[in-house]
Amino acid sequence: MLTKEQIAKRIAQEVEHRQYINLGIGIPTLVANYIPSHLEVVLQSENGLLGIGPFPKESEVDPDLINAGKQTITMLPGSALFDSAQSFAMIRGGHVHLTILGAMEVSEHGDIANWKVPGKMVKGMGGAMDLVASAKNIIVAMQHCSKDGHSKLLPTCSLPLTGIRCVKKIVTDLAVLEIAPGGGFVLKERAPNVSVDEIQSKTAGKLIILGEVPEMQFD
Amino acid sequence: MIDKTVENAEDAVKDIQDGATLMMGGFGLSGIPENCIAALLQKNIKNLTIISNNAGVDNFGIGLFLNRRMVKKMISSYVGENDEFERQLLQGELEVELLPQGTLAERIRAGGAGIPAFFTPAGVGTEVAEGKEIREFNGKLYLMELALEADFALVKAWKGDTAGNLIFKGTARNFNPLMATAGKITIAEVEELVPAGSLDPNQIHTPGIYVQRIFQGNSYEKRIEQRTVSI
Repeated sequence: MLTKEQIAKRIAQEVEHRQYINLGIGIPTLVANYIPSHLEVVLQSENGLLGIGPFPKESEVDPDLINAGKQTITMLPGSALFDSAQSFAMIRGGHVHLTILGAMEVSEHGDIANWKVPGKMVKGMGGAMDLVASAKNIIVAMQHCSKDGHSKLLPTCSLPLTGIRCVKKIVTDLAVLEIAPGGGFVLKERAPNVSVDEIQSKTAGKLIILGEVPEMQFD
Repeated sequence: MIDKTVENAEDAVKDIQDGATLMMGGFGLSGIPENCIAALLQKNIKNLTIISNNAGVDNFGIGLFLNRRMVKKMISSYVGENDEFERQLLQGELEVELLPQGTLAERIRAGGAGIPAFFTPAGVGTEVAEGKEIREFNGKLYLMELALEADFALVKAWKGDTAGNLIFKGTARNFNPLMATAGKITIAEVEELVPAGSLDPNQIHTPGIYVQRIFQGNSYEKRIEQRTVSI
C-alpha cells in the first residue's frame, strides 16, 4: 500500500513538459513536491495565481498570498495575479491542461463525487465542478477504500455528483487505473507487493485486467 | 473628479438594513472587508442574503454574522471551514445556494456587465443543474446561469483614491473586483486612501465608476487560516 506521499509521487510521473496544472486540496497539493525539476510547468491556484512557489520562510509570510487551500505560499519569477472570473475563464476555456483532485467516489464511467454527503457533510464544490467540466486531463488521487472499508471505485456513484464522464485516470494506495471508453476500470499498475486479487476484492465497479499487470516504478 | 470618500465604516454601512442582499469579497479570510464586517456587527441587522465565496471561520469574517443569526441565506461555493455554518445548514436554520466557484464568479461578473444569463459546462449532470435550462453547443452540454446583483457590494482593496479607483494586492484580489461591479451601491475599504491623481492610471484594477463609497480601514488583522512555512 502506498502512503499519501507515494500516491503524489506516482501522479507526478503523469506531468508533462510545459503544462499548466491545477492541484486540488490534500494529496494533489503534495504532487508539487515530486514534479521533476527539468520539466517546465506552471501551477494554477484558482483563487487567482499562476506560478505557485514554495511555502514562504517565516519572515516572508504574507496573508495576501495564499493558495486555494488557504495555505500561505510564495510566487515565482514570471508569476501572474488575477481575479476569480479570469481564473475560471482560463479553466473553462481549456487553457489549464491537467487537473488533479481528490474524490469520495469514482464510477466506472468516470463520474466523480467529492463535495457532499447528504445529511452529514456539506463543504461545497468550490472550483471542482468547473475544473472537471473543462480540463483536458483529469486525474483523481484517493484511497482505494473509505475509512470504514468500502470500495470508492463503484459501478455508479451513490453520493451527489461533481461531474459526469470526466475522470481519465485514478491513482490510489493500491493501483493505477484508467477509465475504459465503454466503462470499467482498466488496471494499469499495482502498488508494490499488492496482488491483483486484493485490488479485485476492493474494487466494487467493473475491473478490467489485460494481461500481466506491472508494479508501479519509483525512482 | 467625483469625491467618493466617506468618514469611516459606520458611515459607509449606515443605510444597510434588514433583508438586504450583500456581496462580500474575499477568498477564505484573504481580502475580506474586515472594517465593514465589524461595523455591521454593531448594527444588529437580520435576514441578510450574503453572496460570498466562503462563509468565514467560526470566529472571524462572515462566521461572526452566523453566530449572531444575522444571515437568512448564503450564496457560496465552499463553506468547509465553518462548523457553525454546517450545523445551521444541516438543521435547516439557514438557506444555502451552493454554486461552482467559476459559476459564482461569472454570475457576479455578468451582473455587473449587463449580461442577464450565460451557459457554462460546470454542473451538468449534477444537482446544480436541477431546474436549469440545458442546451447543446458543438456537441457538448451546458446549463444556463443567471446574473447576480446585490443591494450593496462590500469590497476590500490594498490602495484606493478619492475617486474610487482601486488596486488590489496578491491573491486578496479574488472576487473583489467582480463584486465591485455588481453592487447597486459598492463600498470599498482600503488599507491606504490617497488623493485622486496619486495612483498610476495604468495600474488601476477597478475604475472608480463602480465605487460609490470609499474609506480607509482602521486596522487589518488579516488572519491566516493555514500558516504553512518552509524551513
